[in-house]
Amino acid sequence: MSWFKRVKENILTKTEEKNNTPDGLWTKCPNCKKALNSRELKKNAYVCMHCEHHLRIGSEEYFELLFDDNQFREIGENIISGDPLSFVDTKKYPDRLIETVSKTGLTDALRSAVGEINGMPLVISCMDFRFIGGSMGSVVGERIAVAIDEAIRIKAPFMIISKSGGARMMEGALSLMQMAKISAKLTRLAAAKLPYISLLTDPTTGGVTASFAMLGDFNIAEPNSLIGFAGPRVIKETIGRDLPEGFQRSEFVLEHGFLDYIVDRKELKDKLASSFRMLLTPEAAAPAVKE
Amino acid sequence: MLSNNIFDFERPIFELENRLNEMRAIAEDSGVEMETATSELEKKIHDLRINIYKNLSRWQRVQISRHPERPYSLDYIAAITDEFIELFGDRNFGDDKAMIGGIGRIGNQSMMFIGQQKGRTTKLRQFRNFGMPNPEGYRKALRLMKIAEKFGMPIVALIDTPGAYPGLEAEERGQGEAIARNLLEMARMNTQIICIVIGEGASGGALGIGIGDRVHMMENTWYSVISPESCSSILWRSWENKEQAAEALKLTAEDNLKLGIIDGIIEEPLGGAHKDPAIAYQNVKEKILADIEELSQISLPDLIDARVEKFSAMGSTRLMEEEWEEEPLTLVNKP
Repeated sequence: MSWFKRVKENILTKTEEKNNTPDGLWTKCPNCKKALNSRELKKNAYVCMHCEHHLRIGSEEYFELLFDDNQFREIGENIISGDPLSFVDTKKYPDRLIETVSKTGLTDALRSAVGEINGMPLVISCMDFRFIGGSMGSVVGERIAVAIDEAIRIKAPFMIISKSGGARMMEGALSLMQMAKISAKLTRLAAAKLPYISLLTDPTTGGVTASFAMLGDFNIAEPNSLIGFAGPRVIKETIGRDLPEGFQRSEFVLEHGFLDYIVDRKELKDKLASSFRMLLTPEAAAPAVKE
Repeated sequence: MLSNNIFDFERPIFELENRLNEMRAIAEDSGVEMETATSELEKKIHDLRINIYKNLSRWQRVQISRHPERPYSLDYIAAITDEFIELFGDRNFGDDKAMIGGIGRIGNQSMMFIGQQKGRTTKLRQFRNFGMPNPEGYRKALRLMKIAEKFGMPIVALIDTPGAYPGLEAEERGQGEAIARNLLEMARMNTQIICIVIGEGASGGALGIGIGDRVHMMENTWYSVISPESCSSILWRSWENKEQAAEALKLTAEDNLKLGIIDGIIEEPLGGAHKDPAIAYQNVKEKILADIEELSQISLPDLIDARVEKFSAMGSTRLMEEEWEEEPLTLVNKP
């Protein structure tokens, strides 16, 4: 009757290979499945210490990573969603919104903020994938619009960090028009000769790829991010065969000529600051109007 | 005679029309006076037509927008121009048959046409890739628009697509970038742009040629972020809820006018553009000429400013302090 007896004593699974770890202390890398110490992970810009996988993070983490001393002023944060279509699918849209707000603590799928990056003023709009798949509706559009206005006002460069499944269905054609709206606003930024860098992160698809994410003076991406117009599942269904390895990943997109560079998140801040500094015209680089 | 291209909701009309034809045949053969009966039936058909076609559900409008006999971009162009030269190619990769374009003239007015093109037979449908452009289609459209800009002529974009093509090569060649580029360039294009949705206006594939000073939809067309079928499959996880999805998306011309997304609706003959294309062509032609007349009064800097402002104002948001705005669109077209 020894079949159920332990042959070897003690726990044999290494901590980093454990499947479940308490929240907060440990985070499991979704790629290599190893357990990562959360504090170290944060210090490593949320990049897995073992496999270099860039974990998905949101606006809170990006703002902290990029803004000097995590100091920033949020703009457009009081702009929130209506229900222009009285949209009902399996749920009412307002119910879905309320649920998502209480689950995520976010008020929509994008936040805009002004701060400094290595001492240089910068306006960032950053998407949050946790909010209805980072979907773009009227609030995302309007919060980017006010960010662009602010960048023009204080003569600061601008960046959007994209992470989105595309346009939000629950606002129908109004969501679609956010692509037009932001593209139109970007012409104003271009006319003011202010640099715009678009950072594409995992995943960036649909209407976001087909508008502002591809319109940067520089389009840059984090490694191995899914970037595409149509989703891989849809393409697979359309062409009726499997997709090649690495299809629609950052490296693939760069090889096909649609990215300026791929940047490791640990080096993101410095490389961004350098890029902006070199892009700024001497005129625009003059001391910015601070609030 | 019943054709194959009749929707279920139209069937009662065709049945009555058949009966009318039979009655007339009998009257002719037998010489029996049936004037009263036939005219009564004619009136009945007339009333039924109005009753059915004026109360179409959103899904029924989607069906009409896809009617296989509906006029396509090249049909409109051929009918409304006095002269037209089709132009091909994006100068980079190739010529996209799903996106047509060319220079045309109505009277003394030259204009650049671009538009998605569907095919009418199985072979032609494939040739036209079902009206789903690849990146080179959007780049071809942009190339032609730049010519229009250079020579100061207005651009007319005819929108009719079930979406940009979601293919492997399309991704490799930058479908997203191609559409995005058009949005930006059209927003600041130094000439008048008139866009007309003549059939299907599906998502980014439609918007890729859809930034204009005037955007119109024909009466029986749809324009939204996603097709009702795809919306159904994502939100309900089944293709069966397409009618519900069409209602939820508020995708008709009337809806989009109320939402402030389009500037006007172009009337179609009763039952759809294919019932009497000549009327549809005439209405489109008149609208284009009236728009050009109106837009050419505005200076180009003002025109572009107004265009950017128009699209910048689109959306529906509120401030956190405000209450929910309970202002649902009226469901005029309940199925």
